[in-house]
Amino acid sequence: MSKENEICIQARGVIRKFDDKTVLHDISLTVGKGEIFGLLGPSGSGKTTFVKIIAGIDEATGGRIEVLGTQMPKLAMMVRIGYMAQSDALYAELTAKENLLFFGSLFGLRGEPLKRRMGRVMELVNLTDHMKRSVSSYSGGMKRRLSLAIALLHEPEVLILDEPTVGIDPVLRKSIWDELQHLSNKGTTILVTTHVMDEADKCHRLGMVRDGHLIASGSPDELKAQTGSSTIEEAFLYYGGIRA
Amino acid sequence: MSMRIKALIIRIIRQFIHDKRSMALLIAAPLLVLSLMYLVFNGDAYQPKLGTIQVPESITQSLSAADAEVTVFESQEEAEAALKDQRIDAIIRLDGASPHIRLEGSDPAKNRAVMMLIQKAVQARAPAVDQAAAGLPAPVFEYLHGSEDMSSFDHFGPVLIGLFAFFFVFLIAGVSFLKERTSGTLERLLATPLRRWEIVAGYMVGFGIFTSLQGVLIAGYTIGVLGSMMAGSFWYVLLIMLLLSLTALSFGTFLSAFANTEFQMIQFIPLVIVPQVFFSGLFDLDGMSPWLSWLSYITPLKYGADALRNVMIRGEGWSAIASDVFVLLALTLLFMAANVLALRKHRKI
Repeated sequence: MSKENEICIQARGVIRKFDDKTVLHDISLTVGKGEIFGLLGPSGSGKTTFVKIIAGIDEATGGRIEVLGTQMPKLAMMVRIGYMAQSDALYAELTAKENLLFFGSLFGLRGEPLKRRMGRVMELVNLTDHMKRSVSSYSGGMKRRLSLAIALLHEPEVLILDEPTVGIDPVLRKSIWDELQHLSNKGTTILVTTHVMDEADKCHRLGMVRDGHLIASGSPDELKAQTGSSTIEEAFLYYGGIRA
Repeated sequence: MSMRIKALIIRIIRQFIHDKRSMALLIAAPLLVLSLMYLVFNGDAYQPKLGTIQVPESITQSLSAADAEVTVFESQEEAEAALKDQRIDAIIRLDGASPHIRLEGSDPAKNRAVMMLIQKAVQARAPAVDQAAAGLPAPVFEYLHGSEDMSSFDHFGPVLIGLFAFFFVFLIAGVSFLKERTSGTLERLLATPLRRWEIVAGYMVGFGIFTSLQGVLIAGYTIGVLGSMMAGSFWYVLLIMLLLSLTALSFGTFLSAFANTEFQMIQFIPLVIVPQVFFSGLFDLDGMSPWLSWLSYITPLKYGADALRNVMIRGEGWSAIASDVFVLLALTLLFMAANVLALRKHRKI
């Protein structure tokens, strides 16, 4: 669905070992600019490790990762990437506003532009009324939304979201996905991990990960057609079955 | 200063303002403990309780004059029972002409107090002419440092304020830095352009503001309110306190890399804090075997406590504390560098 053929994320033969345990086996994939790419797989499959390497937090043991043509990890690239971790990495004793101010200034935002962005992202995740509340009084879903708002704050060109919609109700989940589509239309590349199969359908392209191997990739329709399945879940079982 | 470090400092200040409990632990707890120590160590000299059996009235009187609480017993059994119940510290009876003293004996401090008192009483009874006759003039005592009125609290005070500055800062900074890791915010920070050294520097300055405040309060309270002996410059005391707490800060944040939970951080206390207390000068180390005493040279608290004693008790100036100050400074930088390296575990760049 991406209109341009520019490559945003390119992974070639990525291997990640922790001591003797190999967590990622030779993963290669490309994500085009403005594309929503979903990494689908059960927990423990290596999705998080993979996106952390792309975000520049972790480093691959072997292989090569390029984001926007620059080899990762690179500190200067951090400004162009927005990362939302699986855990709600928030300062619970601070208010939502103070959390936003802190992360905003880490990305070099300040003054009026920072205020404007803060208002905009909080509106997006429907938390405008809870700006001045302490994060410790937030519900799980609210924390998730605030984490997302922080990832969006500095208008990154690449958005990496690790399980962004866990604990978020269906109505809000839809509005978040609408926003992701909107961002993608404007040219933001989005890499999202999920284990919710119905979310996978909303991605432009999918990579299926199991036990650290990329077992299949393609658009949801392609994957379904190739396996003769009616749902992504069936397709996943099919690819998983081949390996097993 | 970079905008990112400033952001980190502002965040730490805001967290402190919201977290009243940590603030209380940092400020109120040391003051409370110091006040208790003051009450314990600054009490008047111990007044020994003596029991006498068939001792001439004049001896009883001179014992009372030497500040003993004297009880006269009629029989040996009665006195023994009182000694056993710890109502008295010693029994005095006359064995012919020489006094015979039986001590309760379970507390060396009380034993010493009893013996000193009896010696004093005996001396007071022996007329000065005896000494003069022996050709020995009465000795004159004078002090290089301190004075006759110096209490245990004056002696312990400098070590105690150093210890509390160190201990509470170590704990709070260590746990806060650990929480950054366990809550996932460290990983989140490492997904920003923040450099590893900027994280360490931000923590040092952010927490440094509160530890300086703590240092001023502890030192001011101990010297100004509790009236601990203060022979030197208050500014030197503040400088040493600040350096000691910065060492604790860098040490605590560095050690937190080796703990996975708050409880594991607490487990470091018997390992790294308690031994430092032994080597800090609270106890006399002269009698310690030499192969153990070298350990004192690797404990930061010793340098801080030595410098504080030099300033507060001996009134020394810069030349006496310079080496301690530089050691503390070097240790701080060493732990900070080690922490920057330890963060490599989480992000290589």
